[in-house]
Amino acid sequence: MGTRLDVPTAGRAPGVAAPVIHLLEGPLSAAITRDEVAHLARLARLAVTDAELDVFAGQLDVILGSVARVGEVAADDIPPTSHAVPLENVYRPDELRPGLSQEQALSGAPASEDGRFRVPQILGEEA
Amino acid sequence: MSDLTRLTAADLAAKIHSREVSAVEVAQAHLDRIAAVDGGVHAFLHVASDAALASAALVDDSIAAGTAPASPLAGVPLALKDVFTTADMPTTAGSRILEGWRPPYDATVTARLRAAGVTILGKTNMDEFAMGSSTEYSAYGVTRNPWDPSRVPGGSGGGSAAALAAFEAPLAIGTDTGGSIRQPAAFTGTVGVKPTYGGVSRYGLIACASSLDQGGPCARTVLDAALLHEVIGGHDPLDSTSIDSPVPSVVAAARQGADGDLSGLRVGVVRELGGEGYQPGVQASFDAALRQLEKLGAEVVEVSCPHFEYGLAAYYLILPSEVSSNLARFDAMRYGLRVDEGASAEAVMAATREAGFGPEVKRRIILGTYALSSGYYDAYYGQAQKVRTLISRDFAAAFAQADVLVSPATPTTAFPIGDKVDDPLAMYLNDLATIPTNLAGTAAMSVPSGLSDGLPVGLQIMAPALGEAVMYRVAAAYESTREPLVAPEVSA
Repeated sequence: MGTRLDVPTAGRAPGVAAPVIHLLEGPLSAAITRDEVAHLARLARLAVTDAELDVFAGQLDVILGSVARVGEVAADDIPPTSHAVPLENVYRPDELRPGLSQEQALSGAPASEDGRFRVPQILGEEA
Repeated sequence: MSDLTRLTAADLAAKIHSREVSAVEVAQAHLDRIAAVDGGVHAFLHVASDAALASAALVDDSIAAGTAPASPLAGVPLALKDVFTTADMPTTAGSRILEGWRPPYDATVTARLRAAGVTILGKTNMDEFAMGSSTEYSAYGVTRNPWDPSRVPGGSGGGSAAALAAFEAPLAIGTDTGGSIRQPAAFTGTVGVKPTYGGVSRYGLIACASSLDQGGPCARTVLDAALLHEVIGGHDPLDSTSIDSPVPSVVAAARQGADGDLSGLRVGVVRELGGEGYQPGVQASFDAALRQLEKLGAEVVEVSCPHFEYGLAAYYLILPSEVSSNLARFDAMRYGLRVDEGASAEAVMAATREAGFGPEVKRRIILGTYALSSGYYDAYYGQAQKVRTLISRDFAAAFAQADVLVSPATPTTAFPIGDKVDDPLAMYLNDLATIPTNLAGTAAMSVPSGLSDGLPVGLQIMAPALGEAVMYRVAAAYESTREPLVAPEVSA
C-alpha cells in the first residue's frame, strides 16, 4: 500500500495550541479552531471542504467541551484500561491453512495490473 | 402463508424439523413479506432471494433424507447487519466507500450461520461503519421505525431491529459498540443482546472501535435470542480476542426463566442510570418493571456506580481514537472506492475519503486524530482509559451486591427522523445507559417493557462477563409476565 496515515506522536504538530493542564482543578477549557480542524483533517487524509470546516469546527468544539469532563475525575493512581479482557500473547498452532488466492485478493481492487495492486505514484518526480 | 412471518424462530424450527412446513416455504413467506413492506421500512440494503431459497432447499433435502438438523435453527430465516462480510453478497457497512464491494471471504458469524443451516435473507441497513444512533447516517437512506414511520428505529443496527419489528425476519444479527444492538431493540420493541466482549467472534466484522465492538443476537423473544446466541457464540482462533471458554448455557437459562420464578436472585438498580434526563414515560415503564421483578420473587436493591456519569465522555474519546486508526485502512489502494485517479497517492486518499465517508465518520476521525495527538494524548485518551478502569471497578462492586443490574435501556423512546441529525452531542446522549457495559466488556440486553405514548420502551438487564445465563433467565422470566409487543401494520 501507499503512504501511512500519520498521527503525530512525537512533538506537537504545527498550528496546534498548547495543551491545557490543571486537570484536577476543573474542567478542561477545550477549544478547537477552524485551522486546527483543517490541520487534523489533513493528517487524517480527509480533503474536507470549506463549508464542512465551518460546520465541523463548531460541532467538534461542543463535543470536546463535553468529553473534557473526563478531566474532572481524580485518577492519577489509576491504571489505564485499553481492553476490557486482559490478554497477552495469544497463540495458535503454526499450521498451513488455505488463504486467499491472488485473484480473490485482487477482486475488490480499484485497479490492478500483472496480478498486483496498481496504485498512484507515492514518491515525487525528483525521488 | 403470511402467518409464518408472525411465528417465533423456535416455533418455525419445530415446524420445519417436523416437516409440517418446508424451510423453502418459510423463506418464501419472509421474502414475500419483505417485497410487500420493505419499501416503507427500508430495513434491507440487499435481499438475497435466490441464495436464501437455495439454502432453505438444502435444509429441506437434508431433513427429507432423515438427517438430523444442522442446528436448532436450521431453516429459520435471518437478517444480517451489513457490517459482516459475506462472500456471496455485497458488504457496505452503510458507507459509499464500500459501495458494490464483494468481500473475498465470510465473517466467522456468517460462516457459523451457514453451517447451522440458517437462511440468510439479506443484509440490513445501518449507520455508516456503525457510527450513529438512528440509522440516519447510512449512505443509503434512513430506515423507518415500524411503530411510527416518521421516527427512527435507533442505530446503528436500525435495519436489523426494524426487520424484526416489521415481521420481515424472526432473527437478526447486530453489533453493539456503545448500544447499537440494545438501543434499536428498545426503540422497536424487540430483544437485543450484547454478549460479553469476546463472546462472539469479530473476524470479518468491519471494525468501528475494536476494543468495544461486539456482535450479538436480535430477535422478538428471549428464547429466540438465546438459540441464536448459541449458534454464533464461542471461541474462534481467527479472533485473538475471542474468549476460549464454553458459550454460557443461555438456551437452558431462557427456558428456566420462562417458569417465572426469580426467588433468591438479587436485581440491582443503578442509581446513576435514571431520573434526570430520562423521559417520564420511560421511567414509569422501568418502575413498573421493577415491581414485576419483585413479584417474580427477585429482591430489588439499589446500587451506585459513581463513575458511570463519565462513561459517555470517556467513550467519545476512546471510540473516535480507535476509529481514526481503524478507518485508516480505507486508503483507496486495495479495495473500495478510488477517486481522482492520476493524482498522487496522498491526494487520491484524501479525495477518496472525502467522497466516500459521511459527516459523522469524518467528525469522529478528526476527533480521534485530535485525542491521540501529542500534547493532548494524556489529557484525553489516557485519562479516558483511566475512567474506563474506574467504570469496570464500579461494575465489579455492583455485581458483588446483585446478580444482575437493571436500568432503562435508553433515556427516551424513538425520536423523529431529522431531530438530532445535525446535533451530534444530542445524538450521543442516546447511549447514556448502554455505554458503560461496552467500556467494561460485560454483557447486557434490552427486552421490551411496554409502551409510552404508543412507542416501545426497553428494560436493560446487565450481567458480569460470561454471566449471560442469569441475564437470560431474568429476561425470560420478565417476558413471561407480558404480552408480546406487536407493531402496527406497515404500508409499503
